[in-house]
Amino acid sequence: MNAPLGSLDRPNSYIGRAVTRPNAKRLLAGRGRYVTDLVLPRMLHAAFLRSPYAHARIVSIDVEAARAMPGVRLVATGADLARLCTPWVGTLDHFKGMKSAPQLPLPVEEVLWSGQAVVAVVADSRAQAEDAAEAVLVEFEELPPVADIDTAREPDAARAAAGIEDNLCFRSRLDTGGIDALFAGAAHVVEEEFHFGRHTAVTLEPRAILADWDASEGKLTVHHATQTPYQFQDLYSRHYGISEASVRVIAPDLGGSFGMKLHVYHEDMAVVGLSLLCRRPVKYVADRMESFVSDIHARDHRVRARMAVDDDGTILAMDVDDVTAIGAFSTYPRTSAVEGNQVIRLMGAPYRFRNYRAELSVVFQNKVQTSQYRAVGHPVACAVTERLVDLAAARAGLDPAAMRERNLIPDDAYPCSSPTGYQFEALSHQASLVRLKALMDYDALRAEQAALRARGIHRGIGIASFVEISNPSPAFYGIGGARISAQDGATLSVTPSGEVRCLISVTEQGQGTETIIGQIVADQFGVAREKVRVITGDTEITPHGGATWACRGAGIGGETALQAARRLRDNVLALAATILQARPGDLDLRDGIVVDALSGAERVSLAEVARIAYFRSDTLPPDARAQLSITHHYAPQGYPFAFTNGIQGCHVELDADTGLVKVLKHWVVEDCGRIINPLLVDEQVRGGVVQGLGAAFFEECRYDDNGQLTNGSLADYLVPMACEMPDIVVGHIETPTADTALGAKGCGEAGTAAASAAALNAVNDAMAPLGASIAQIPMTPERLLKSLGKI
Amino acid sequence: MKARAFDYARPASVAEALAAFAEADGDASYIAGGQSLVPALALRLQAPAWLIDIGHIAELRGIAVEAGWLRLGALTRHVDAHDHPLIAAHAPLLALAAPHVAHPAIRNRGTLGGSVALADPASEFPAMMLAMGAEMEIAGPEGIRRVPADAFFLDLYQTALEPGELLVALHIPVARPEHRCAFDEIARRRGDYALAGCGIILAMSGGVVEEARIALLSVGPTPLRAHAAEAALTGAALDADAIRHAQAALMDDLDPPDAPEVPAAMRCHLARVLLGRLLAQIAEAA
Ligand SMILES: Cc1cc2nc3c(=O)[nH]c(=O)nc-3n(C[C@H](O)[C@H](O)[C@H](O)COP(=O)(O)OP(=O)(O)OC[C@H]3O[C@@H](n4cnc5c(N)ncnc54)[C@H](O)[C@@H]3O)c2cc1C
Repeated sequence: MNAPLGSLDRPNSYIGRAVTRPNAKRLLAGRGRYVTDLVLPRMLHAAFLRSPYAHARIVSIDVEAARAMPGVRLVATGADLARLCTPWVGTLDHFKGMKSAPQLPLPVEEVLWSGQAVVAVVADSRAQAEDAAEAVLVEFEELPPVADIDTAREPDAARAAAGIEDNLCFRSRLDTGGIDALFAGAAHVVEEEFHFGRHTAVTLEPRAILADWDASEGKLTVHHATQTPYQFQDLYSRHYGISEASVRVIAPDLGGSFGMKLHVYHEDMAVVGLSLLCRRPVKYVADRMESFVSDIHARDHRVRARMAVDDDGTILAMDVDDVTAIGAFSTYPRTSAVEGNQVIRLMGAPYRFRNYRAELSVVFQNKVQTSQYRAVGHPVACAVTERLVDLAAARAGLDPAAMRERNLIPDDAYPCSSPTGYQFEALSHQASLVRLKALMDYDALRAEQAALRARGIHRGIGIASFVEISNPSPAFYGIGGARISAQDGATLSVTPSGEVRCLISVTEQGQGTETIIGQIVADQFGVAREKVRVITGDTEITPHGGATWACRGAGIGGETALQAARRLRDNVLALAATILQARPGDLDLRDGIVVDALSGAERVSLAEVARIAYFRSDTLPPDARAQLSITHHYAPQGYPFAFTNGIQGCHVELDADTGLVKVLKHWVVEDCGRIINPLLVDEQVRGGVVQGLGAAFFEECRYDDNGQLTNGSLADYLVPMACEMPDIVVGHIETPTADTALGAKGCGEAGTAAASAAALNAVNDAMAPLGASIAQIPMTPERLLKSLGKI
Repeated sequence: MKARAFDYARPASVAEALAAFAEADGDASYIAGGQSLVPALALRLQAPAWLIDIGHIAELRGIAVEAGWLRLGALTRHVDAHDHPLIAAHAPLLALAAPHVAHPAIRNRGTLGGSVALADPASEFPAMMLAMGAEMEIAGPEGIRRVPADAFFLDLYQTALEPGELLVALHIPVARPEHRCAFDEIARRRGDYALAGCGIILAMSGGVVEEARIALLSVGPTPLRAHAAEAALTGAALDADAIRHAQAALMDDLDPPDAPEVPAAMRCHLARVLLGRLLAQIAEAA
């Protein structure tokens, strides 16, 4: 729309083309190299004894019997590792007043959740390590677990961890003023108490790490299934006192991450120490049972919220109280407060109203830590807002779509900001709504719904507008003191045969990062895509950068690649101009050939330029600059975040006698700015929707009153499966950001951001004629039957 | 997790299998399809010193009809219940239930004998044995005996099988022309263990129920017969009233466990809904 056009929009541009992922064939052929596949000489295996209690004091640990078991090389306790590794604290400076207890790889005095690793065993095989872990004797003295968010905040409540003065990790308040008066004078006030269950990532590949301390060189190499190798290079270096350049972190192929593999896990830190102690490579792969009790969980919010609305359905104000429980520690280094912070800041974001008040309480409890997982905070903010919008629409006598038409920020109102202070460059809520209604055939669906209701069939239609945070600047972590980069770096080289190697700091977890970087480089440099080799995920090879999280790979990594490719192209053209005795500005590089820019006539091939530069520099004049490798860094400037937007629709059928819901179809219209690869964007959106529908109907980590996870296996924790998933229709609006030449924003979290909200509205729409409603996800049959009064 | 180390034996006959079990001093498990046992080993819920693989015993195979009974060797796979023409013709209820058991990969390996021997109350096949009035052929040190399904399922994961005994075959009375059967279950995802499930065989004569056999799964510690509901139906014309009475009577048959995710009242409610739907389906088809 208003972005810089030009070469990106050439008819044959790679940018915007649905090309397939070059690495997909390798992975399908079984040639993937995941950490689990790696076997190093003299490699050992770690297993952990875990706490059976949610909260207990460690009275004594007896490892003698375990040490004597076959194949056992080392049994290490918290005290053993504390001698090597400095503690860490999961706070960020810009979250004022935030606190969290210091953490160590393994606990020394008390265990803080059921499933926490307590003692590590290293043996020749994993089975032997597990045998020996069973022989470790730990005497625990049970302490009262903190499991409930309300009792946790009482003054005399038991503490979730020793050394914290209360169970409040962080509190935040936002207030634009004028709230009480607006609510007092409003024609309608709607309110609701929402519950969002805990859930977790359930990646196909679990967490996996292989640490290899080479004492001869003083060098640590860690093969780590992570999104962020540089972050871990920094952390291993600082906490184990090894110089940064002597720490190499390699993120090989990854089987999904969704934010879960960004965080410091106690076992992972321990494995580095175990390798130091054994002076041998040590591998640890979490099994599924361990994943459930040690991977971060997410959500777990109780939100009380209300919305004030005018006579004609104009939203006037929102007032929100969010209490979220995070575990006994705040996660390191990104903390466990970001989700709550985003929940209260994203509330109401698509709408025009200006008055807002919110309070956030982040509470410690004795459960697995929560932290960033796909669409951090978005689904909670979206579901609360969108459900209140529907309730308000009903009160004002408006159709839900008409209610949104009235209240969404108009497409010509930008730039503008939200009442919570987010700055919006350019969004397309209204256009998205129009597109969604057309895709859904909204009016026909409503007519069909009415006809079916008369026959006792309860269908529901839900829509949900959303805003997504992408392309974060240092405002996200950098200013909070975390050594997490907001910039990316790329090194591009022309090989002697005229091909391109691109080493870049963004990483690949299966979403296609390497594919889009290859497209951008090929396009902007001027070669066929097959000529570009993209290499990611190795701190010893690729330049330092933020890597992949929070929807930044395409927007920031992509812009880095674009700028780098343009610079390398300039270098090639300068050299070609020297060779051809032409002016660089008269030349262009197209499909691997240096051409006359105006006529397109071929002048010299890239391969020939490279051949001369590398092998016949004697033929070049003495001042010729044959710089066929460049390194380039790019950090986002301008807006602190590139917001994206969209809207989703969900169509469900409720079986009011069984509480089962069938999702009939789901629609998404989203605006991620310039689309680099429509195929990959659509799949990102669909995958995100599936995770959102999982949260809406299936996924929940259930705990009993003693802080024990009661469904920690894939037999009991339900993930969404193909049979239950609907067709997902995806449409696009493109509003590129003007902050970059590429104009791309994120799309990876869009699907998850609003799918559960649309589903919640759809189910409520289906139940409305039955006089029932629900404000909790997942919407299980039990909860639906209760709200329907059937049980 | 990794299973604890175990020894492995592969007997060629029932006699050899029984001997192998005796030799292991009872510290052994038979393994058939392994679809329940292997996960239990991997989770270290079970750690027998010996695995005795019965998968190669010819006597445990075979699907045949003899003298009014369908004989299913214990090693008959779930997929056969799904596909086999003899089962479709003579034990249609089993064929109706099969698609609800797990997923194709599991059905290809899991055996009917393993499912019935394990007697998971949430399993489809054990409950269908009750509904069909099957008899279990059991081999033990004292020889062969036959136990009717009604006397086979004793308590949670407890059956009439003594330690070391082998289930050899399932004998099912062949379906009669006047039989009408129906099966359905309520599961949150396709292939999951159900929240409640129900299989019904009605012997019908001119719209009147002459005999009713109703079995439920997932509503108690064992698969169970709904005797009260059966009694309510027997002799009645299968109309809306009869269905309502059967549903009401069903409440006397049930005493399900209470759990936060699935309260007892919910299991009762779902069983009642299912029964009503299945009876209506039979009535409609009649
Ligand atoms: C993902 C998944 C989903 C599943 N879903 C369902 C489902 O929806 N419904 C359902 O009913 N089941 C389900 N199952 C279980 C599956 O059907 C099992 O195959 C079945 O319960 C056991 O059969 P098996 O042959 O695999 O037995 P095994 O696992 O080999 O053995 C099970 C037990 O029976 C004993 N045993 C086996 N054969 C004999 C015999 N002939 N005599 C005496 N003892 C014997 C074994 O010693 C063991 O204790 C599921 C399994 C999985 C992995």
